[in-house]
Amino acid sequence: MSTVDELLALGDDALIAAQRLGEWSARAPEMEEDIALANIALDQLGAARMLLTYAGELSDPPRTEDDLAFLRDDREFRNCLLVELPEADFGVTVAKLLFLSACQKLRYEAPGSDERLAGIAAKTVKESAYHLDHSTLWTVRLGDGTEESHRRMQAAVDGLWPYTHELFEDNDLRGSWLSTVEPVLAEATLDRPADGWAPTGGRRGLHTEHLSLLLAEMQVLHRAHPGARW
Amino acid sequence: MVDPRTAAAAVVDPEIRAVTIEELGVLREVAVDSGGHVTVTITPTYSGCPAMELIRTDIRRALHAAGHDDVEVVTVLTPAWSTDMISESGRAKLAAAGIAPPGPAGPARLVTLTLSVRCPRCGSSDTEQLSRFGSTACKALWRCRSCAEPFDHIKAL
Repeated sequence: MSTVDELLALGDDALIAAQRLGEWSARAPEMEEDIALANIALDQLGAARMLLTYAGELSDPPRTEDDLAFLRDDREFRNCLLVELPEADFGVTVAKLLFLSACQKLRYEAPGSDERLAGIAAKTVKESAYHLDHSTLWTVRLGDGTEESHRRMQAAVDGLWPYTHELFEDNDLRGSWLSTVEPVLAEATLDRPADGWAPTGGRRGLHTEHLSLLLAEMQVLHRAHPGARW
Repeated sequence: MVDPRTAAAAVVDPEIRAVTIEELGVLREVAVDSGGHVTVTITPTYSGCPAMELIRTDIRRALHAAGHDDVEVVTVLTPAWSTDMISESGRAKLAAAGIAPPGPAGPARLVTLTLSVRCPRCGSSDTEQLSRFGSTACKALWRCRSCAEPFDHIKAL
């Protein structure tokens, strides 16, 4: 895997996750969580900016972070399918953040030999640890909560589990990831779903239709006013 | 003409105006070459900290006021910022402003272990966390059970 591919995978995961989390602004189940999700979205956006800026510099011809975020079509995005899936239920948001942050933390802990990527990862790994901690608390609270919250948390875990396989297509971290996630599910009295169907394609630009709709909203202003700056 | 280091070090954090960027550990280095070109090196607290852009502008403004117009602000990530880089005077000023300063930052995996935080108003350690995230990326919201005042706490990072 080239450094650019690695940067685009990590950067696009963070960017699309940030956009999804931002959708909860002013709509989260409680005010503290509203602030929490906005803060986590900001961390993800900050990580995305550093990763995509570097990816753009290594590209030929060079591209800016804005070019990459706002002027690529869905087929050019390299994020995993997990992050683009819609979050109609708060349980889905919690499960996605648990699965994603556990993976991001592992990847940032072992960024490889590129010095600049290692510098970015040394910064983002601390934030991922906090995101993992936060999503763990919510998974346990909802999973080991009321009958209703347990049912919805289990449905979220079951629905998203197939998409977690794709997180490990370009690395061998699944064993470590399972060692992180399985104890959380157990503490939350949630069943660990069986492995089976493993949808894929994100790292090759083959996405669900949800990404196209997300990008339409994220990119509309920049595309309507090309070159506009804050 | 004020020395560029002194001018840059006096810039206050735009979101926590009680402390300077030097006390926060955001200011890394100020270098002046023989031609008078000033290079200011800073590091972000959190990856997405929205104050960074304003800090860059404030540094330029402060240096201009000090008589230095040829200024470059460089951002570095390594070594990654930690709350351990906040100076003693910074911690004292945070507490005086009603913001509980951070405890020592442990390894990343130990974040669940939350030590008791002392109330910056009455000094009691009988406090509780209300929200793990606060008004800025670097803060959490706490409440004192003794004096009943809510307060911000800089999370150890």
